[in-house]
Amino acid sequence: MIGLPHYLIVAAILFTIGVFGIFVNRKNIIVILMSIELILLAVNINLVAFSAYLHNVVGQIFAMFVLTVAAAEAAVGLAILVTFFRNRGDIAVDDASMMKG
Amino acid sequence: MTFSANISLVLPELILGVSALLLLVWGAFSKKTTPVFTGASVLALVVAAAFAAHGPHGHAFNGVYSADAAASYAKVAIFLFSALAIVLGDRWLAARGDQKFEFPVLVILSAVGMGVTASAGDLISLYIGVELQSLALYVLAAFRRDDAKASEAGLKYFVLGALSSGILLYGASLIYGFAGSTRFADIAVASHGAHGLGLLFGLIFVICGLAFKVSAAPFHMWTPDVYEGAPTPVVGFFAAAPKLAAMMMFARVLGDAFPDAVSQWRQVLIIAALLSVFVGAFAGLAQTNLKRLWAYSSIANVGYALLGVATGGEVGIHSMLVFMVLYMVDVTGFFACLQALNRDGKPMETIEDMAGLVKERPGVALALTAFSLSALGLPPFSGFWAKFYVFKAAMGSGDVPLQWAAVLGLVGSVVAAFYYLRLIKAMWFDAPAGAVDKPQPTARAIGFVAALFSFPVVLVALIWLDPAAKLAAAAFGHL
Repeated sequence: MIGLPHYLIVAAILFTIGVFGIFVNRKNIIVILMSIELILLAVNINLVAFSAYLHNVVGQIFAMFVLTVAAAEAAVGLAILVTFFRNRGDIAVDDASMMKG
Repeated sequence: MTFSANISLVLPELILGVSALLLLVWGAFSKKTTPVFTGASVLALVVAAAFAAHGPHGHAFNGVYSADAAASYAKVAIFLFSALAIVLGDRWLAARGDQKFEFPVLVILSAVGMGVTASAGDLISLYIGVELQSLALYVLAAFRRDDAKASEAGLKYFVLGALSSGILLYGASLIYGFAGSTRFADIAVASHGAHGLGLLFGLIFVICGLAFKVSAAPFHMWTPDVYEGAPTPVVGFFAAAPKLAAMMMFARVLGDAFPDAVSQWRQVLIIAALLSVFVGAFAGLAQTNLKRLWAYSSIANVGYALLGVATGGEVGIHSMLVFMVLYMVDVTGFFACLQALNRDGKPMETIEDMAGLVKERPGVALALTAFSLSALGLPPFSGFWAKFYVFKAAMGSGDVPLQWAAVLGLVGSVVAAFYYLRLIKAMWFDAPAGAVDKPQPTARAIGFVAALFSFPVVLVALIWLDPAAKLAAAAFGHL
């Protein structure tokens, strides 16, 4: 029987993969965007699992909001990425280092 | 509560939201920014501020949104400083022939987000407010599309901002699961007495996410890069209104949802506050770029404000609210002066650029000196009063770690004094580095007014600011 803890563990693993994806990944900014999506999806699993467990619909409504905002966030992120690419001609993470100190 | 009563409570945000959409359509059809367009957007913010100040108080939409004295206080400040940011940004972009109608619209949209966070009564409204604010700010940071530094700043801000939203959200999902509700009033009941580990875990995640947004150490890495790369007036905006909004989020989450868990969150906040003060003080020593320098200064100042939040209760929140508004005036004035100064059409952004400024532009140099002395915390400048309130609250709390934190915070401000004095020394005693272009009049005027506020006017303003902040602080914990 799959219970609440299983869902929470999956979500926690996804969340950790997402956070590590941002910090460990040294190659491509697109991968960072994917990691951000992963974090938000981990949150959604949490919300929906809690919602089912608590018999409370608010968690699912929250998950809807998160999905919507995630779409908007990806749009803004990709738009900024396009301007970055136009200025540099590359989207490697190590390239984003004009400013240091 | 009837629908129209709910609507009347959210009127400030409604006005701004509708005017942002109307301005967007107007801008899309007229295709150029006229003074009338900029004036209309400033007017929308001022009207919203007036409604926030004089509107009815109460809880709308089943407690999802609370319009109380605290929300009014924060919103008046946020909307007015956003209006200033539009004026300053418009002048700056006009000087570069790069005026775009999106600028005022984005500032208004982020102001709507900040307003929503300032009166959030529920985790969902908190999250929506945070995102609306942040998404607009990411775009503002990268507003100059052809500037490589600005787009890098925008990208860094976006990645770390999105990460912080994710962390905040993960904490919110845990709080929802373990409290059984997203409403702050219900969470306060659930967190009363014996609170489970799950709830505490969620709270820590939320605090980490919010610490990112206020750029408190150890979550401050993005601040210097974003401040250096983003356009100067945008940085002035970043350092003012969003900081107050994020501090209000701290006050909302901790004061409204977790008022009985003080002993748990106080330790976390004390550590974050002290780290911020010392990172801001020591890392600032090595900086030569003024925008980076002021980024570290803002990290240190956020540390002091967090000390006020850590004190908790009416006294602590009161000190934080006074601190933030005084700090906002200083930082807005500083960046207004910075954007007014150019040499051969190039912005003056390093300490060496400022050498001998007093002989070239005595007025601006005097204003920058006032802001530096104020940020240093020298009496009788406004920065002194701001810190005075925070330290007084922390010392009067009777909590020994907090009192030690206040003492260490004082030490940190002595260290930071070095870089403020170095700027003053460069301006007053070094040989002039060359002729300075005629300062941009609007930005210079705003800088002068802020400088006047920071010394004589603040003494009068406090007579009015102090009771307003007290009334605002009393609104927390009564959901």
